[in-house]
Amino acid sequence: MSARIAAPVVMGIVMLVLWEAVVRVAKIPPYVLPGPILVARTLIDDWGMLAPALVVTLEITLEALAAAVIVGGLLAILFSLSRWVELSLFPYAIILQVTPIVAIAPLIIAWANNVDLSLLICAWLVAFFPILSNTILGLRSVDHNLLALFELYSAGRWKTLIHLRLPAALPYFLGGLRISGGLALIGAVVAEFVAGTGGSASGLAYRILEAGYQLRIPRMFAALVLISAAGIAIYLLLSLLSYLLLRRWHESAISPEG
Amino acid sequence: MPLVSVRGVSKTFANGVQALDGISLDIEAGEFLSVLGPSGCGKSTLLRLIAGLAPPSAGAIDWPAGKPDIGFVFQEPTLMPWATALANVALPLKLGGVGRSERDARSAEALGHVGLAGFERTWPRELSGGMKMRVSIARALVTAPRLLLMDEPFAALDEITRHRLNADLLALWERSRFTVVFVTHSVFESVFLSQRIAVMAARPGRIVSDLAVAAPYPRTEAFRTSPDYAAHCRLVSGHLAEAMAA
Repeated sequence: MSARIAAPVVMGIVMLVLWEAVVRVAKIPPYVLPGPILVARTLIDDWGMLAPALVVTLEITLEALAAAVIVGGLLAILFSLSRWVELSLFPYAIILQVTPIVAIAPLIIAWANNVDLSLLICAWLVAFFPILSNTILGLRSVDHNLLALFELYSAGRWKTLIHLRLPAALPYFLGGLRISGGLALIGAVVAEFVAGTGGSASGLAYRILEAGYQLRIPRMFAALVLISAAGIAIYLLLSLLSYLLLRRWHESAISPEG
Repeated sequence: MPLVSVRGVSKTFANGVQALDGISLDIEAGEFLSVLGPSGCGKSTLLRLIAGLAPPSAGAIDWPAGKPDIGFVFQEPTLMPWATALANVALPLKLGGVGRSERDARSAEALGHVGLAGFERTWPRELSGGMKMRVSIARALVTAPRLLLMDEPFAALDEITRHRLNADLLALWERSRFTVVFVTHSVFESVFLSQRIAVMAARPGRIVSDLAVAAPYPRTEAFRTSPDYAAHCRLVSGHLAEAMAA
């Protein structure tokens, strides 16, 4: 366990020191490549501007993720209850998934006529498919003998769904959720780039664009660090949630020692 | 009056395979009947038809005194991994709308009957194969069914565990005298357990002999080494060999 934490930390420190050394020795100007110390200082100095941007991006990400959970989860349940609904709708869900978000973002922005709403829709479009497809897989991956048992006790569709299909689908859903968490952030950032929103309530992507125009490369890096940190935090939180829900019974959450 | 009367039942699957051909079998209330046959002879299919999990293609399954509560034990323990032993046993009661406190009390009692008192809060993954099967039997018996259907329940267990579960199953049966239909491919198991053995032949599945095992109960481990047991095993083996040659 200690090696699992120590190895990447040591690796990270080595890379940062190397980066700083290369920048100093080769005298690379900060508008080409700022060293990690300068990036850290910029992060602190520009915190007053970057923190609200981080909040904006995180809000869109979390709202999109929540919408993905609700729509993806409900659609999966609906599909599992009705073969016809699934046959009619699933191909369109795939079409939405395979269409690059960058290509349809301008359309959505034009149609939605509201920047926040269009960003939310874009992030949601990217995020909902893994939850949908994983949950469908989970709802179908039920032990057929358990299904027979529920039939024997005349459980009916709803009781079978609640007491059998949903718990059986939970590990699959949580796997989808972890993927969707990262995708929601990517969707939010990409949509923001396409939208190029201005004004006070602008997210990190806009700060990166703006810093690029102004050749404030250290600030670009600082915003990038925040996006990465947000992505890692989302992943860790969702992994923790998954662990807490599954640790009693699912193989994926049980440590080998027992 | 039999508990259930299987009359001329045939089953052909959608893919054209005929699993059962003209099965007729009367099962008396309180009887311990084994259905013995080689794998692929349709004995599991027969059990599913009796349980009502699939309809027969021809013939009928009659319940002269009405269809009773049925317990079913599969070859695998078939427990819900997300639920404790107690919650697994309580499932039939929960689906039947029994309230929480009564459910827990009856499930704990059922766990006690299979020798798992004190294991209420353990999770399936913490239990051995034999203990999981005990939980599965407790779940099947928790509704006090008049008919217990068992589909090769001990086939995947080691011999020592299997013998213990055989003895414990007989003890439960002698106390409550529910009807048991026990599907197995083991001559020795069927002779040890049952009053009556229906021997099946395969392709298509049909009953070729209906034999009585006259040995008295309780049957202890001593019965396993008795000449009476050996004689019955020889007789049943002979019928099984004929069935497989047929």
